[in-house]
Amino acid sequence: MEIEAKSHPLDRYLRAERIPHIWCPGCGLGTVLNCFLHALEETNINLKNLAVVSGIGCTGRVAGYINVDSYHTTHGRAIPFATGLKLANPKLKVVVFSGDGDLFAIGGNHFIHAARRNIDMTVICVNNYNYGMTGGQLGPTTPLEARTTTAPYGNIEHPFNLCHVAAASGAVYVARWTSLHVRRLKESMKEALNKKGFSFVEIIAPCPTAFGRRNKEPTGLETLKYYKEHSVIKHGIDPAEADIEMGGDIIVGKFVDIEKPTFDEAVHELIKKARK
Amino acid sequence: MIIVDTANHIAALAAKMAKPHVIAAYPITPQTTIVERLAEYVEKGELNAEYIRVESEHSAMAACIAAAATGARTFTATSSHGLLLMHEMLHWAGLARLPVVMVNVNRAIGPGWNIWSDLNDSLAQRDTGWIQFYASSNQEVFDSVIQAYKIAENEEILLPAMVSYDGFILSHTSMPVEVPEQSKIDEFLPDFKPGWILDVENPITHGNIVPPEPYMEIRYSMQKAMEKAKKVIEEIGEEYGKKFGREYGLVEEYRCEDADYVIVAMAAMAAEAKVAVDELRQKGEKVGLLKLRTFRPFPHERLKHDKMIVIDRDICPGLGGIVYNEIKGNGSEIYGFIAGLGGVDVSYKDIERMYELAKEGKEGWYPTEVK
Ligand SMILES: Cc1ncc(C[n+]2csc(CCOP(=O)(O)OP(=O)(O)O)c2C)c(N)n1
Ligand code: SF4
Ligand SMILES: [Mg+2]
Repeated sequence: MEIEAKSHPLDRYLRAERIPHIWCPGCGLGTVLNCFLHALEETNINLKNLAVVSGIGCTGRVAGYINVDSYHTTHGRAIPFATGLKLANPKLKVVVFSGDGDLFAIGGNHFIHAARRNIDMTVICVNNYNYGMTGGQLGPTTPLEARTTTAPYGNIEHPFNLCHVAAASGAVYVARWTSLHVRRLKESMKEALNKKGFSFVEIIAPCPTAFGRRNKEPTGLETLKYYKEHSVIKHGIDPAEADIEMGGDIIVGKFVDIEKPTFDEAVHELIKKARK
Repeated sequence: MIIVDTANHIAALAAKMAKPHVIAAYPITPQTTIVERLAEYVEKGELNAEYIRVESEHSAMAACIAAAATGARTFTATSSHGLLLMHEMLHWAGLARLPVVMVNVNRAIGPGWNIWSDLNDSLAQRDTGWIQFYASSNQEVFDSVIQAYKIAENEEILLPAMVSYDGFILSHTSMPVEVPEQSKIDEFLPDFKPGWILDVENPITHGNIVPPEPYMEIRYSMQKAMEKAKKVIEEIGEEYGKKFGREYGLVEEYRCEDADYVIVAMAAMAAEAKVAVDELRQKGEKVGLLKLRTFRPFPHERLKHDKMIVIDRDICPGLGGIVYNEIKGNGSEIYGFIAGLGGVDVSYKDIERMYELAKEGKEGWYPTEVK
């Protein structure tokens, strides 16, 4: 059966003139963006009130495709740009959409401090285990033994467990899914968007071009099959127990969901006290 | 041996043959294939070096600085925003007088994200105390990286050195390159003998607070070293020529003897200008080329001619072409052109056109203002 349609129900969320996108066949980024757009639709967020900020990388391209106020910033600085937006206009819903390298290598410092301050923003990180855009180099989430262009015989550096970093730094909402878990991912994105404070969603996603083909998963499909066979849902566990290893299970789920005053609330509380 | 390869792979090969002890790097287009190739050399055991996959360029330079302070020979490579992020550390390497050697692949600066050639990234590092070489061919890339170590490590100089070349135009373009034997390179480039090192047996402290007068002395000695570098660059370039058959200096003169006009250009633009000069000469025009190889130290005394045409692939907003402004005021009649920013293609035909425009007394942004 052929289906013909003049438009897609999510068209209004995209900058049509920038499509087709640059992402490779089998890349997980399209799926993740799709989940995000569905999450926006279902949370009914006023798009006029939403800003999406990205750093540099394949994931960073999201800022250019999404049809809201968006900012494609310098490599590593998405969170400080987003913090500036949020503090200047606290009514804005601010979402940072970026890659593992952008958020945790060059920009790692900003992540821990925004989480520590509990700045009211949602950080969505697509973790494809490498710097995809520059051609697949080793980054801070590359699993041990994985091969990359700067570790052709296998990685010897311990990777970050991003959910553990987020929780330890003070994030009030922490979840991890793979790009195969589209419904659960969308639900997590909705929860994160509705959460007050620093919320973090990590998505493990295939990068067949730069990572997969060097690691026996030359197509996105093979990586998705791996996710299907090896994902284990464990809601509420201590994220410290959710390390990622080559060939091992990927523990997914919602790990943290707590309440804490945000930076903005703390500032206003302080002003109230000081004025008394 | 003659090999055919891209400037990036040639830069990696030259770095390998210089036998650095420590390499620290972060990827960025269009530099990345240099540090990927070096990672491969190290992991295959072809290069005995420590390779650190740092988390940013700022850290890459910090690691090179500290390694150099222990007496190690170091290497890194970057481009554009990566170089800009290093800026603080570049000053540090310069003032600490550590002969770190780096390759910068010239690329435009954002916003207006752009990965193509533009010299503003390295020219913006003008005052950091780095010696700056610009290469116009893959052969020059190889030769300049080797010479850069010898010049930087010269005990009278002890300044960091950067070899720059255009993104994609050179970085990803294959050309034949004559690669000398390792033993000949070893003869030319002896081990680095630092004047002082951080040494556990003989502890010293480095980086402490310095009162105003000695601070000024530090700056003064740096200036003197830069001035002296002009002579040392020429001497080492000549020695290289004797050994390998290709001589280098601060400026390369091409068909300038009887020229009415000379074109001044650097990097890939200079290679294109050479073609333009040949074409114009065939038409009977008396024109030559002064190819600028070192931007720091700046060879003012070598850049003089009655009538000069300076082509800048860079811009100092509010002032104009950076090289143009370096030369301006030397008594020559000078016509300045800004061309090729962000990788806009500039062919020898465009350069011929700029020559015609200069003869009509015109100058400016090409082709935005004059064409
Ligand atoms: C200061 C600076 N250094 C390096 C780069 C080059 N660069 C662009 S994207 C990138 C890595 C992106 O990795 P990640 O954030 O994981 O995104 P992915 O492409 O994997 O989605 C790098 C190193 C840059 N743009 N700026
Ligand atoms: S390089 Fe990897 S992350 Fe980038 S678009 Fe291709 S598959 Fe996706
Ligand atoms: Mg990545």
